Amino acid sequence: MNTNDLPRHAAPIAFTLDGRAVEAAPGESLLDAAERAGVVLPRLCASEGLRPAGNCRACVVEIEGERVLAPSCCRAPTAGMVVRSDTPRAANARRTVLELLQADAPATTALKHDSELAHWARETGARAGRFAPRGAIGEDLSHPAMAVNRDACIQCTRCIRACRETQGNDVLGLAFRGGHAQIVFDQNDPMGASTCVACGECVQACPTGAIAPANGAFAKPSLQRVDSVCPFCGVGCQLRYHVDESGRIAHVEGIAGPANEGRLCVKGRFGFDYAHSPERLMRPLIRRADAPKDPTAIERRDWRELFREASWDEALDAAAAGFRAALGATAARGRASPVAGFGSAKGTNEEAYLFQKLVRTAFGTHNVDHCTRLCHASSVAALMEGLGSGVVSNPLRDVEHAELVLLIGANPAQNHPVGATWIKNAIRRGTRLVLADPRRTELARHAWRYLGFSPGSDVALLNAMLHVIVAEGLTDPAYIAAHTRDFDAVQAHVAAFTPEAMAPVCGIEPEAIREVARAFATAKSAMILWGMGVSQHAHGTENARALIALSLITGQIGRPGTGLHPLRGQNNVQGASDAGLIPMVLPDYARVNDASARERAEALWRLAPGTLGAEPGLTVVEIIEAAYRGDISAMLVQGENPAMSDPDAAHARAALAGLKHLVVQDIFLTETAALADVVLPATAWPEKTGSVTNTDRCVQLGRKAVASPGEARADAWITEQLARRLGLGWGYGIAPDGSGTGDGAQGIGAVYEEMRALMPSIAGLSWPRLWRDGAVTYPVSDEQDPGQPVVFTEGFPMPEGRARLVPAALVPPAERPDSEYPLVLITGRQLEHWHTGSMTRRSAVLDAIEPSPVVSLNPATAERLGLRAGALARVRSRRGAIALPVRVDEAMPPDTVFIPFAYAEAAANLLTNPALDPLGKIAELKYCAVDVRPAAHEAASA
Amino acid sequence: MNPPHDTRAVIPIRPLDRQARGAARRTPKGRQVAPAARERVAALCAGLEPRPDLLIEHLHRLNDAEGALRRGQLAALAERLRLSQVEVYEVASFYHHFHVVDDEAAAPATTVRVCTSLACAMAGGEDLLARTREALAGRADVAVEEAPCIGQCHQAPAACAGQRQLPQATAESIVDHVARGETGPRQLPHPLPNDLAQLGRLLAGDLTPEGVIAELKAAHLRGLGGAGFPAWRKWDTVRAQPGPRHGVVNIDEGEVGTFKDWLVLSMGAPQVLEGVLVAAEVVGLDHVWLYLRDEYHDLRPMLQREIDALAPRLQALRERFPHYRPPRVELRRGAGAYICGEESALIESIEGRRGLPRLKPPIVAMNGVFGRPTLAHNLETLWWVPELLAQGGAAWAALGRRGRHGLRRFSVSGRVNRPGVHLAPAGITLRELVDEFAGGMQAGHELRAYLPGGASGGILPASLADVPLDFDTLAEHGAFVGSMAVVVMSQHDSVRDAALNLMRFFEMESCGQCTPCRAGTGQLVRLMQAPRWDAERMDELSAVMREASICGLGQAAPNPVDSVRRFFAPEVGL
Repeated sequence: MNTNDLPRHAAPIAFTLDGRAVEAAPGESLLDAAERAGVVLPRLCASEGLRPAGNCRACVVEIEGERVLAPSCCRAPTAGMVVRSDTPRAANARRTVLELLQADAPATTALKHDSELAHWARETGARAGRFAPRGAIGEDLSHPAMAVNRDACIQCTRCIRACRETQGNDVLGLAFRGGHAQIVFDQNDPMGASTCVACGECVQACPTGAIAPANGAFAKPSLQRVDSVCPFCGVGCQLRYHVDESGRIAHVEGIAGPANEGRLCVKGRFGFDYAHSPERLMRPLIRRADAPKDPTAIERRDWRELFREASWDEALDAAAAGFRAALGATAARGRASPVAGFGSAKGTNEEAYLFQKLVRTAFGTHNVDHCTRLCHASSVAALMEGLGSGVVSNPLRDVEHAELVLLIGANPAQNHPVGATWIKNAIRRGTRLVLADPRRTELARHAWRYLGFSPGSDVALLNAMLHVIVAEGLTDPAYIAAHTRDFDAVQAHVAAFTPEAMAPVCGIEPEAIREVARAFATAKSAMILWGMGVSQHAHGTENARALIALSLITGQIGRPGTGLHPLRGQNNVQGASDAGLIPMVLPDYARVNDASARERAEALWRLAPGTLGAEPGLTVVEIIEAAYRGDISAMLVQGENPAMSDPDAAHARAALAGLKHLVVQDIFLTETAALADVVLPATAWPEKTGSVTNTDRCVQLGRKAVASPGEARADAWITEQLARRLGLGWGYGIAPDGSGTGDGAQGIGAVYEEMRALMPSIAGLSWPRLWRDGAVTYPVSDEQDPGQPVVFTEGFPMPEGRARLVPAALVPPAERPDSEYPLVLITGRQLEHWHTGSMTRRSAVLDAIEPSPVVSLNPATAERLGLRAGALARVRSRRGAIALPVRVDEAMPPDTVFIPFAYAEAAANLLTNPALDPLGKIAELKYCAVDVRPAAHEAASA
Repeated sequence: MNPPHDTRAVIPIRPLDRQARGAARRTPKGRQVAPAARERVAALCAGLEPRPDLLIEHLHRLNDAEGALRRGQLAALAERLRLSQVEVYEVASFYHHFHVVDDEAAAPATTVRVCTSLACAMAGGEDLLARTREALAGRADVAVEEAPCIGQCHQAPAACAGQRQLPQATAESIVDHVARGETGPRQLPHPLPNDLAQLGRLLAGDLTPEGVIAELKAAHLRGLGGAGFPAWRKWDTVRAQPGPRHGVVNIDEGEVGTFKDWLVLSMGAPQVLEGVLVAAEVVGLDHVWLYLRDEYHDLRPMLQREIDALAPRLQALRERFPHYRPPRVELRRGAGAYICGEESALIESIEGRRGLPRLKPPIVAMNGVFGRPTLAHNLETLWWVPELLAQGGAAWAALGRRGRHGLRRFSVSGRVNRPGVHLAPAGITLRELVDEFAGGMQAGHELRAYLPGGASGGILPASLADVPLDFDTLAEHGAFVGSMAVVVMSQHDSVRDAALNLMRFFEMESCGQCTPCRAGTGQLVRLMQAPRWDAERMDELSAVMREASICGLGQAAPNPVDSVRRFFAPEVGL
């Protein structure tokens, strides 16, 4: 036995196993210690990562001096303990346990080819048919993702521990008793009718296939396994694709990444069949001359109606020619350039980097942006202003070190599901959660306090909290003195914001505001997490300023379990921003007005000095506006879908339709692509290799697992080809099929290494290191630096190292309800659908769970409006109208409407207000005034 | 045995017909809480703190009012307690006395439970069950159920109509009570008063905590719930643990044939409470829960009254002794589960969960209620504490026979003339117990076999009627006295049938947590019905259950089988 495996500094515990001297680490189970000593005992209820339950009794051993056998999974050796695993007494007991379980569940290998029960039955010599079979219980096939076969269930409760203790979803339980004990969902409801959110943690935990993927993927071994990262949100879960003999992803398993430790959500586990959709684009497309761009007819179009197929050469030539023509028509460059580009936060860092480099060099403009503008631009603006950096200060999993967590304007249970599991885990261990959100979302059940404030009144609530902290002397004066400036301004500003004055504005009782403010300020460690409920407002920057002030004046930053964490929405919004896919900055947030930064980039990119402009480019909404006016005539869009994601979508669609030249790289014919002149078929996430940076600043490696369909090519390859046709002599040698190697000198690795040369934050993370380690958190200064999950420990990247406190002004939403539009519309995501739904709505499981758009209403509001659950409602704003069925949801506040924006057939963004936050230029997607009424009623009265 | 108490949801064999594409769910996922259910639950649970650990108390409110637990109300209750639905449902479906039904289902106004455990079965319990079912067949508002031992073995056959315990029940007496609506708990006479004299001595300093423990030691007082652990050692262990420390009084006697605790409490509840207060003072307990089995409906109001009556007296003591901090004493109601007599299962139940025994180590003394060090005692053990302090432990110890110490309460049932609770010397033999205390064998009955300790303690033949009965004395015969539940059988009784009855009891009462007990009890029930028993398979099952079960239930469950094979082999073809 090798004690080098033991944790350092821990004194090993010497005991005797089967007559041999063996050492265990303190706290290590007998089962694990025995295994390290080469004695492998059967185990079914024990599984790594789950609390030991000790119920199956398959691992029992003799401990000298004890009357009965002991479950080795639940016992830790003590010094001098004498253990025997090899006696007939112990071995027979283990074999009989396996025989009993085999009698109960005789046919598990048909469900799970590598059934653990069958394995251990073989290992222990269990005789089949030794005991009478149990009565059949039957299957539950009610869920689209998972099949339940209780005849294969051995009541080991791994699924229950996975559902409840790991994921905190609390759907599975063990009901009844004795021989009738069985796993149930909710109140013994069919799984498909239960509150199950289909994270599939139970599937991953089940040793017998009693809960298994509904597609039968566990019945046979996978041909190939590839480790990668999930593309479906900013958490950045690591996963393993299991690829079958037909080259398709048969199922997906969570693996031990730093952000997820093996956990996944419904999208990551069951949502990958979008890559195999028959709707995938297979060949380049060029618009047919007889197919005019109609911005009102873009939903799920058949490409044959609008385009003809073309070769890659023809399509790339056409794409480049269009840009050359646009640039040739005017000498204007910089902000006034006729060309702009939207990159993507869904691609890799390398793709984002190449894209911004292409726009900046080939098109001579900083008019390059991406959906960060629509998610955290205001947060980043406030963070840059206050702290000198837009990154999160602490990783999400730091909630486990926090005594209190303030979660505001975020719904991680739906949008960052695995992130939410860490919050629920922390709560279970004693962390107090304050949930502030107009909607009473899933986490409210777990919250210590829930503050259901009025939509748009964030600043009133937060300034009142600041007032309490200042007025009651709960600030951290030493921290303020050492690390901040302009406290006086905030102190003076919040003086008028008494809880009594703000209560009518935000709808929260003064005492509740006081209680939460005191708890936050006096907690040993308090962390703030926020989402788009904070940022997507015309006052988004003000909201973030208030949160920053809250953290700074109480000294709740710079330590584990404290700090500021804006939850990034898309899988690579952090990395795409880092890579410079932003009009104001070059890679690593070097401002374009910083001459030395421009010089560095020009030198690296072999540009003539002075090529790069000093003036920031246009942002997403500004670019659309310029296109609408005709100032921008050509656009390159990579993997973005502004026709769905931009506010006032009718306006955006008209702008896109009006472009002389629109080139779209995507995997499907998105609503935006339907308005393109040239469509270039790209590779899906599992079809390419590249790096990606999650919300925690952790850089991870996505690996190619399957081939792309038809002639689809990697986005990075497409960008390189375009660049060459636009006169840039790029020679990375990027593989067209999206594959990569560990070589940093060529291909995608070479792109990364060039990018790293402009990014001090990842200076210590070479491509070979990333290839080897798979996940490293920046800042990382050299190869030996393990990376820094917590930053701002010694101050801030600001003058004198001091953070700047900025008072948050009380700015009302740009459009308030009135008699004509009396309700407030909030838009956002659903658990099953990501962004504009282009991927997830083409996943069979995700589509089956959430197949169509809904408008969620509080029951009382619905009743008042004459709308029953399921009735068709017409929702109208000053900008447009859509019709969709009603979902009655008690989590909704009165007179408030929620519509997910993933559905083209009822696109929520046809309604939203493009009013911008003045600093972050983010649109107010979380608030506009609407009218809701029965659709039939309006038709009748019309 | 009974099916699990639930109208099972029908799980479709094929996928649910999903609504055509384009139709989304009309509500968020899963069952939603209807406003009417929310209001009803709020009204029924008024005055109960909405804490998860009080889940079972909440369930009783709903079950008592509605005759069953309605799914819609369970969803509302989950919301109220901030639990998930499954956290409520798995508890509701665990306990015999709860019935989950659909919202619109008819629920019985009265549930009649007829005991068919051994003593009652010997007195015609099965027949009573059949005749009661027949007599009430037309009554949709009455449900008739088979019940495991309800603690009236000396008045067999016994039944319970609603909350009315009915000794020596007949189908007619049951129907009469139901017809007259006499289904509430029966009234009990006042128990013997108690003047808290020993507690007073302790608070005044006339008696030291060490002195108390010394008396327990001198008395050789052992835990009388079945395990027989020396009381003084338990007190010493818990006392040495860091605070806060808690206490639990186990009034969940469910061992087949045991009914002594009912008697002790009905006569001496105040003395039990004094024992609790003395223990709390000596060991330093700040919170003590009394967990009362639900079958003892008559004891519940009485015990609550006695607990309430303590308050002014404790207040007076606090005024006399300003340093005195009496513990919080709380009564909790079981819900029908033999396993909750196991102390760690009982603690799980107190915390509002299914009664699943915990794995040991850690022991309850170190890790009990809410993870705190806990002194857990059977109530009779505590009843003796003031008694011993008054008369002296050594004097009490001298009352035993054959070198055994003190007195024991034997619950005697079966073929004797005077079944009942008999206070007899420890170490008495079965023959002495029957002859000196139980009035001898009934006419026409000769001793053939006896259970020295209920369902778990094994079955001994008449040839072993002269061995002393006490803790440890029966081990060589593969038996134990446990809670001293003695069931006497004669030549007219089938030992084979008795053993099967006991095994069915274990199968029904197994919590289902560990494989050996969950699967083993059912397999043994099957094997025991063969004309000729399969010795080899039974050996394997017996071994795995004894050696590898989590708790005493599974470890002792093979005893009836092993006893029959050892002492009555010809009856089973061996």
